[in-house]
Amino acid sequence: MSDHIVKTYDEELDRISNSIVQLGGFIEDQLARAIHSLVHRDSDLADSVVDDDKKADELEEDINNQVIRILALRQPMAVDLRLITAALKISSDLERIGDHAANVAKRAHALNQFEPVKPISAVSRMAQIVQKMIKDVLDAFLERDSERAMEVWRRDEEVDEMYNSLLRELVTYMMEDPRNISPCTNLLFVAKNIERVGDHATNMAETINFLVHGTNITENRPKGETDAIKLQNIPPKNN
Amino acid sequence: MGQQVDNHINISGRIRMQAKNIDVFYGDKQALNKINLDIAANQVTALIGPSGCGKSTFLRCLNRMNDTIDSCKVKGDVTLDQRDIYSRDMDVVELRARVGMVFQKPNPFPKSIFDNVAYGPRIHGLAHNRQELDKIVDLSLKRAGLYDEVSERLNTPGTSLSGGQQQRLCIARAIAISPEVILMDEPCSALDPIATAKVEELIDELKEHYTIVIVTHNMQQAARVSQYTAFFHLGEIVEFGETEKIFTNPAEKRTQDYITGRFG
Repeated sequence: MSDHIVKTYDEELDRISNSIVQLGGFIEDQLARAIHSLVHRDSDLADSVVDDDKKADELEEDINNQVIRILALRQPMAVDLRLITAALKISSDLERIGDHAANVAKRAHALNQFEPVKPISAVSRMAQIVQKMIKDVLDAFLERDSERAMEVWRRDEEVDEMYNSLLRELVTYMMEDPRNISPCTNLLFVAKNIERVGDHATNMAETINFLVHGTNITENRPKGETDAIKLQNIPPKNN
Repeated sequence: MGQQVDNHINISGRIRMQAKNIDVFYGDKQALNKINLDIAANQVTALIGPSGCGKSTFLRCLNRMNDTIDSCKVKGDVTLDQRDIYSRDMDVVELRARVGMVFQKPNPFPKSIFDNVAYGPRIHGLAHNRQELDKIVDLSLKRAGLYDEVSERLNTPGTSLSGGQQQRLCIARAIAISPEVILMDEPCSALDPIATAKVEELIDELKEHYTIVIVTHNMQQAARVSQYTAFFHLGEIVEFGETEKIFTNPAEKRTQDYITGRFG
């Protein structure tokens, strides 16, 4: 969508798209390193993820400034306006994902104080799905491909379900042995953070759909059962 | 380029004017091609499009201003409250009283502020005595948002006012004869941003009493003041719809290219 009469306008819009891709790439990396630090019990790596989170804030800030400048100078219309608002929303979702990655890294550091707990592998599987969602949604943004975005949107249900089954599993562990409570609680927060990343990917998919078509999705979001419902279904343990 | 676009949209509320299959020729050159457009009552309809696309020509069809151009030929029907304005029994002077016009450059008469506004009511015999005339002039100046600025000097020449005030004086002059429709041909293009903002504010207030059709090159202005927008290109209407839809999510690529500055 280039070829404005005013060429610098094209350059400004391209720069915003590039900044989103840059922020997206950085966030993907942060999330991957956070998960790696969790699985491989690497506290140093975890700490560096936490440290680097401020870079995500800076990149988001830069996108915000670009958006405000274009709004003021160009008064974008139609598809340009949609790109500008999408950039604002997507950068905010990405920044939040960065926060979740930093949280995962903090928990990873804390978890390293304990013996390894088994459900880590399930968390890592869940993280893989979410990482693929982020990658696909960023590709969908780059290619303005709403089909691909919607495909990500539908995948979030799977993440919610994995989170719920993981929650059950962790609660069962905790009930088996009170010494598991500390590590399992930390792991539960990790899982929740990853589940929230999936929600942000879903938000971004909706934004991309709006960017491409100019209309909102009318379907309801696919949602797994809520935590509260799931917990009620866990049978009490008989001693 | 020649494809016909279905511009039928549901206008909520009454339709004041309707154009059906309008063709306009200047000599051999066709300026408008099969224009169909409904003008909603008490709403602002904006006509946008690049220079030479026919939007001003179309505006001038709505009060038969094109009659004054010898080489100009208009085909098709235009109705005002279901009455054909091109029929033989339509009195053109009465028509132009009901469908007033404001032009690009303010053009007050070389008379006092009072006489500028009183001119129309006088020749149309709308006032029976001086009090009634005073009332019409005051009300028109108030509705045009000019009263407070000129009430102390109604006898000074209209041409002594600033450009923005002159344009509002012309609007007061147009509304003094109680028109139903006001046509505005780029009413702000000769005004500074502050005067423009005042006229835009005025347009918003005027639609309570009048139906307004405005031609503008300023896309943001069209987006701000109008409820419906028609995009003209090469003598055709490419797209007509609710303003919000046209400016956020136009259906036609040509509309999108024009409003986002990609034309050419």
